[in-house]
Amino acid sequence: MAATATGIHHTSYASELRLRHTHAEKTRLGLMLAGLVALPWLVDPYWLGIINTIGIAVVGAVGLNILVGFTGQISLGQGGFLAVGAFTSALLAGRAGLPVPLSIAAAVLVTAGIGAFFGLPALRLKGLYLAIATLASQEIILFTVRRWDWLTAGQGFIDVDRLSLFGYKIQRLSFEFTWYWIIAGIAVLAVLAARNLFRTALGRSFMAVRDQDIAASAIGVDLTRTKLMAFAVSSGYVGLAGALTAHYTETVTWERFTLVVSIQYLAMIIVGGLGSIAGAVYGAAFIVLLPPLLSELADLLRPAVPFLADQLPAVQVAAFGLVIVLFLLFEPRGLNRIWQRVKDYIRFWPFRY
Amino acid sequence: MSQLVQLTVYGLANGAVLALAALGFVLIYKATSVINFAQGEFLLIGGYMFYTAFVVFQLPWAAAVILGVVGAAALGIVIERLVLRPLIGEDPIAVIMVTIGLAAVLRAVVQMFYGTTPRTMPAVLPTGSADILGASVPVNRLFAIVVAAVVLGGFGAFFRWSRHGIAMRAVADDQQAALVQGISVHRIFAMAWAMAAVSALIGGLLLADLTEVSQNLVGFGLIVFPVVILGGLDSIPGTIVGGLTIGLISQYAEGFSPGASQVAPYIALVLILLVRPYGLFGQVRIERV
Repeated sequence: MAATATGIHHTSYASELRLRHTHAEKTRLGLMLAGLVALPWLVDPYWLGIINTIGIAVVGAVGLNILVGFTGQISLGQGGFLAVGAFTSALLAGRAGLPVPLSIAAAVLVTAGIGAFFGLPALRLKGLYLAIATLASQEIILFTVRRWDWLTAGQGFIDVDRLSLFGYKIQRLSFEFTWYWIIAGIAVLAVLAARNLFRTALGRSFMAVRDQDIAASAIGVDLTRTKLMAFAVSSGYVGLAGALTAHYTETVTWERFTLVVSIQYLAMIIVGGLGSIAGAVYGAAFIVLLPPLLSELADLLRPAVPFLADQLPAVQVAAFGLVIVLFLLFEPRGLNRIWQRVKDYIRFWPFRY
Repeated sequence: MSQLVQLTVYGLANGAVLALAALGFVLIYKATSVINFAQGEFLLIGGYMFYTAFVVFQLPWAAAVILGVVGAAALGIVIERLVLRPLIGEDPIAVIMVTIGLAAVLRAVVQMFYGTTPRTMPAVLPTGSADILGASVPVNRLFAIVVAAVVLGGFGAFFRWSRHGIAMRAVADDQQAALVQGISVHRIFAMAWAMAAVSALIGGLLLADLTEVSQNLVGFGLIVFPVVILGGLDSIPGTIVGGLTIGLISQYAEGFSPGASQVAPYIALVLILLVRPYGLFGQVRIERV
């Protein structure tokens, strides 16, 4: 194995399919893992809470990117599927008394099934029509969880018990710290699984459908199966993110899963880079970090520009919108592409290309 | 019976506003094949622009409407030039997302200037109520239906007989052929956005007069989608039929069970898409690799 990408040539398919080819890449991976392990000791609980939120968003964004970025099926129904995952897991753990790992697994399966069901229109629809059909699924799911009193026993929300695993209940003092390990572990596994998915025949057929679905069916890709699988796999990820949200935040209400959330997730994968797993991770971090960073900035600038701090909610929405517009205008392939250009610059230095 | 008449008038009035919003959406989609998720924000901005001219600057309402029309047209042109033109030919997902981002920016700007408290303004349309078939019906809703009908008729006539309207239809039909005929496609794109903003402005100020000026105007932007699917993306009569149908469906659903108006249009939408994937009046497109 070579140290850098220069001069690498593959002599077998197995070597080409490997996820990492050089020592430099392996070292970087090691450094990143070491960073992930060291992180919870370096930041205070407030920021650790934000990092945990990022971790959950990473799972959801990877799921959405599988559908939108890799299979080319636009979906505005993310919020609805998150709600399905959250409600399923909360109900199974709370009312049916299932152990939490089992209830989360069940939530993944249920959301995958419901996702595949709402993916049925995708067999005949594309582009605008599909976007609108998924918008309808979002509104219908949200209406259901909002109006079906049985779900919340008439309260309007579900209280979820503090997580306890194998007889150990999470302590209040080390709440964020313990959750960090759970969420980081699941997020790493989810990312790894997604990376590997696109080395399999199924993952490749997703990309074939994205690039040209009629051509894909002509070379023997089963369109029905592939599109439904894409919806199911993606919704499974989203259901996992929803279930994690339920147990982490300990309340489930419909307000957490509105269309705004669907749009935020779409923004994550646009900002990070459509059709790239790493991009979904960067995008999730970026979009989740944007509001708290802006509020820090507004606090800092309060003496100079009081407007920012007074109008913080509006400023946050405006910044969110601007980020989407600017990324699409100037770097449609997102943060992932920017990071790649940085790497190329370093690799080729002192030459320009 | 009287409740039915009342719901019908409310449904038709909402439907007329919806048809105006949907007309703007269809204009943009036909001319530039952009799916505009900021249509609701155009309604919002229209309502607030009128409010500013009419209440804050105390202009007579006719002058306020004219100012609003000019402002909306300018806004549409600026947005087309700065945001949408660089994205011509990009992935549909990118174009959808850019209008979603735009929607967030527009909404936030309105919020920065006017806050979140709803504003009321003096009524422009005559108030009071009339008796129809034994039901008491607010007169301003009837007037709103008439205004919307006149405006929609005006747009229809524009596309039917005016030079620019025919040029717009030519671009919608085939851009290259239109270019060959010497039509400036760029100018048509700008015109489509300007006219969409104007039709949304009229919808917005009707809504503002019927209800109040608040952030809730945005909600109308999303119900545009069932309307255009129902009416098909290709025809102006289709948007009128779609707008009125969706307006009626949601009002009847509301009368049946309060709150159901939020979901009824979408259920209708899914049912239509299951039977006819290109909408009721939409053209079936043949795809090639």
